[in-house]
Amino acid sequence: MKVKIKRSVALSDSGFVFDASTGDSYSLNPVGQEIMDLIKSGKSDVEIAGHMTTKFDVEASTFERYFYDFVVTLKQMQIVEENG
Amino acid sequence: MDRLPVTIAVSGLNNIDSPGPGIPVIRGLRESASLAPRIIGLAYDNLEPGAYMHELVDKTYKVPYPGEGVEPLLERIRYIHEREKIDVLIPNFDSELFTFMKSEALLKSWGISMFLPTLKQFEERHKTNLPAYGKKYSVHVPDSWSVTSHSDIYNLREKTEFPYVVKGKFYDAYIAYDMDQALLFFNKISAKWGLPIVIQEFVKGTEVNVIALGDGKGNTVGAVPMRKQYITDKGKAWGGITLDDPSMMELTHKIMAATKWRGGMELELIRTAKNELYLIEINPRLPAWVYLAVAAGQNLPEAMVKLALRQKVEPYTHYDVGKMFIRYSYDMICNLDAFEKLSTLGEL
Repeated sequence: MKVKIKRSVALSDSGFVFDASTGDSYSLNPVGQEIMDLIKSGKSDVEIAGHMTTKFDVEASTFERYFYDFVVTLKQMQIVEENG
Repeated sequence: MDRLPVTIAVSGLNNIDSPGPGIPVIRGLRESASLAPRIIGLAYDNLEPGAYMHELVDKTYKVPYPGEGVEPLLERIRYIHEREKIDVLIPNFDSELFTFMKSEALLKSWGISMFLPTLKQFEERHKTNLPAYGKKYSVHVPDSWSVTSHSDIYNLREKTEFPYVVKGKFYDAYIAYDMDQALLFFNKISAKWGLPIVIQEFVKGTEVNVIALGDGKGNTVGAVPMRKQYITDKGKAWGGITLDDPSMMELTHKIMAATKWRGGMELELIRTAKNELYLIEINPRLPAWVYLAVAAGQNLPEAMVKLALRQKVEPYTHYDVGKMFIRYSYDMICNLDAFEKLSTLGEL
C-alpha cells in the first residue's frame, strides 16, 4: 500500500497540517509528524514500517496495527489518497 | 502616485454581533493606494458603532429607513450631497438596494455614482426565484418555495420533507425539523422582515462562500473563496479562512459571465459529501467579511469605487490562501454629547 498527501495539503515543521481546499487544519504529535514526513517523501508502507521499527522500540505487528489506523484516519479526513 | 481625493458615502455602519459590511468596506477604502477617500457615513440608527469611529468615518448623517419611502431618503441624500459633494455612494444593506437601484439615474444626474446590479439581476437571484435561476444558468440549487401563510407551509408536506430551511426575504434563516418549528420560524421571521417567507430544501454539507465583484460585462474583477470556521448563533462567521478551491472559482466565473453581474456579490454555497456545490443564496452586495479579501490581496471596495468612477480596473488574478479572520467585539467608549448630537441634529 502506498498513499500520498493530497496536493492541497501543506505540512509545516511544527506538525501543523492545513488543507487549502477545505480550510481544515490539524495538529500532529511528533510520531505522526514523522510518519507524515515519510509519506511525503514517497516511502511505501513497508519502508515506513522498517524505518519506524528500527528507530523506535516497537514490534512490527504493533506498529502495523497503529499505522493502518492512522492512515485510515488520514483518508477519512481526506489528507491522503491512494497513490497508484 | 498621487491618490485621488474622492468623497464616498457608505451605509451599513452597524458593526455589531451581526455586522453590516460598512466598516470593513471603509477599512478597505482607507487602505487604498490610489484613493484618498473622505468617508461619509449613512446611519439608520443612533447606536450604529461606525458613526462613532472617527478614525474611519469622517462625518455621519442619519438617514430615514427605506421603509419610510423613497422620497424622504432621496431628500436626505440630496441634503447631504449639497454639503459633502458625494462622488460615490455604496449602499450595503439588502433592504436599501432596491431603492438605490431605482434611483441610480437620478443620483447620477446629481453627480453621485454607484456600482450596483441591474434590477433584472437583482430580481432574478432573489431567494424566491432561485430554482428558475439554477435552471437558467445550469447551477445546482436546492428546491425552494415562496410561502405567505401557515396553510402554504402545511401544503408543502406533499412536496418536501423535514428538515428544511425557513428564510426571510432579506435576512435570517433557521432549520426547521418539524411543523411546529416551521410555523414558529415563519412567525418570527415574517414579524421582522415581512412576507414572503422562503422554504428551502436542506442540503447537508459544508458551508462555503465566495466574495466577488463583477464589471457588468461578464468579467470577474476579483473573487475570493472562504470557509466559515465557526458560525455564531446568529448564523454569522466568527472566523473564516481563504481557500484554494478551483471549482468554486470556476462556478463564480461562470455565474459572472452568464449574468454579466454588475457590482459586489456573495455566493453562499454548500459542498456536499459527494463534492457537489449547491448554490443556496446570492447576496447582491459585498458581505461583512469583505476585509478578508482585502487582507488576502484583493481590495474589492477600492475596485468597486473605481468602477463606479468609470476608471479602468485590472482584474485581480491572485489572493493569499490560508488567510484568516477572527471577529471580535470591543467596547468603544463614547461621550454623551456625541450621542446627543447624532440623536438631535442627525449629524456627527
